[in-house]
Amino acid sequence: MGKEAKSNWDGFSLKPRREMPEGLWMGCPGCKHMLYRSSVEKNLSVCPECDYHFRIGADVRIKHLADEDSFAETLGDLTSSDPLGFKFRGTTYKQRLRDDEKKSGSKEAIRIGKAFIKGRGVVLAVMDPNFLMGSMGSVVGEKFSIAAEMAVEEKLPFVAICCSGGARMHEGVVSLGQMAKTSAAIARLDESGGLFISVLTDPTTGGVTASFAMLGDCTIAEPGAMIGFAGRRTIAETIKIDLPEGFQTAEFMLEHGFVDMIVHRKDLRNEIARLIDYCHK
Amino acid sequence: MPDTVNNIAAEDHLDFENDVADLDRQMKELRRLTSIKGIDYSAETRRLHQEQVAQLKRIYSNLTPWQTVQVARHPKRPILTDYLHLMVKDFRELHGDRSFGNDRAIVTGLGQIGREKVLIVGQNKGRNTKEKVACNFGCPNPEGYRKAMAKMKFAEKFGIPIVTLIDTPGAYPGIGAEERGQAQAIAVNLAQMSRLRVPIICIVIGEGGSGGALGIGVGDRLAMLEFAYYSVISPEGCAAILWRDGSQAPLAAEALKLTSKDILKLGVIDAVIPEPLGGAHRNLHDNIYNVEQYIIKTLRDLKRTKLDNLLENRYKKLRSIGAASSEKLRRKTQAAADRIAVALQAISPRSKKVPAKV
Repeated sequence: MGKEAKSNWDGFSLKPRREMPEGLWMGCPGCKHMLYRSSVEKNLSVCPECDYHFRIGADVRIKHLADEDSFAETLGDLTSSDPLGFKFRGTTYKQRLRDDEKKSGSKEAIRIGKAFIKGRGVVLAVMDPNFLMGSMGSVVGEKFSIAAEMAVEEKLPFVAICCSGGARMHEGVVSLGQMAKTSAAIARLDESGGLFISVLTDPTTGGVTASFAMLGDCTIAEPGAMIGFAGRRTIAETIKIDLPEGFQTAEFMLEHGFVDMIVHRKDLRNEIARLIDYCHK
Repeated sequence: MPDTVNNIAAEDHLDFENDVADLDRQMKELRRLTSIKGIDYSAETRRLHQEQVAQLKRIYSNLTPWQTVQVARHPKRPILTDYLHLMVKDFRELHGDRSFGNDRAIVTGLGQIGREKVLIVGQNKGRNTKEKVACNFGCPNPEGYRKAMAKMKFAEKFGIPIVTLIDTPGAYPGIGAEERGQAQAIAVNLAQMSRLRVPIICIVIGEGGSGGALGIGVGDRLAMLEFAYYSVISPEGCAAILWRDGSQAPLAAEALKLTSKDILKLGVIDAVIPEPLGGAHRNLHDNIYNVEQYIIKTLRDLKRTKLDNLLENRYKKLRSIGAASSEKLRRKTQAAADRIAVALQAISPRSKKVPAKV
């Protein structure tokens, strides 16, 4: 292992190895190659072999997307109050929140704030798949709505990076209400003539797809991202047949007319900046 | 003696109503004896009847969340067609979404409730097997939501208030539904309904299943029948994910706080419409009368409000969901609003009013 690291080896090997030091290597779910972690990270967490887009946390995403150090976060420390007092299988929702905060380094599944993308001022909302699968509870709904309102007040374009398993079960019907709330906030932004660019990344499903994610003036998807409403297992159980290849992917959504374009992660900044320029009044 | 409390068949008793069913059997026996032997058992029957009322009161005032779900799914529970027959005069159904088809899981049409002309949008489950299959067991497809939106736009154009009756296990999870954009159809409804310039009343009459229910459930007032449920995910689905065992649904139902009482406390709904003793399925007419009265009264209130204020209030109402559940959250939200106000003031010196900070 050490020998290879010293050589001019370019970061990936075709042969999977049996013993791997934790964290140095990663497998690509797309092409099954073993990849050198740092080389993938340098490549915007995209597999250099097959362009598989790895899921990335909000921090990394903001680094990729916003101009350096331009992200000014709003309400970064807002946490959920656990409105239901949710308990399950001997653990609690509160405990789960604490665990995921440690795991992801974020306080909640979304981060909002103002930023610059290639010099264009935007309000940016980025969801974090590492925090309870990016699910939308009261805090996510609240922060997203505040971000939309900021965009209205300051007449800035609103860019949302969606990445979520859906509404958060642990907050029950309050989570469901967030779908209505965020959609209403986007409807207001729409009425005020503001631009909303929705970027769908892997995964965007359930209550988030069925609310703000699908309400973009422009909807961009990352290649191969899973995008849909009902979960694959639910559908398979309901209709009792195997699901077709490529079902509920970004390409499937493009085919059926629900996504404007599929954009590679390395082009995302350019494309967003370009769209903002086109829509600038 | 007419049995007004428990006019349902023996097989329609839920498993926690055994005592009530027993009394039913006893009364039936007494009536049989009366007719055969001519003995007057009216005193005994009256006593049993009183006891049955007491039993029903006891059971139904302490329903567990899972029992509530069972009542909400009762096969004899009044469904949309019952409401259309008993509550709506001169109903004219309007079909089709004008782009794909006519989804029968969502029924839309013009009608009159009391003296009010309204647009009714409701989810229909069907009573017998044939109807159930035709309306997909109350699980709408995207064209259903698009039909609802098209008719609501039509109502907006002519200033007709909208009443939606929600009763669905959820939006249909199928391949076709995904291909035609179930999520997008619901999302558009949520956004548009928050801005429609007519009063909207939404009532959960049975099952309020997640996004499928919400897709026609955004309005000025959201009410629930006493034993309806409204949840972000079905108890079975939640149990399958969090407990990894679908049979733990009763536990999930408990945790999800999906009963009308709990949801009222959470501030997500505005009112609980009482059901007759022993649930809506025991007394269709009283139940529908209660709903009718709620609609008439609420509509009268809403029509007094100016449209701009109505929309502003609706937005505030939606905006407050979840925020009110936490004092901390509310304070911070307020702080953010203040910061925005201050920032606004800095940007446009001509702005007149900035909310005074306490």
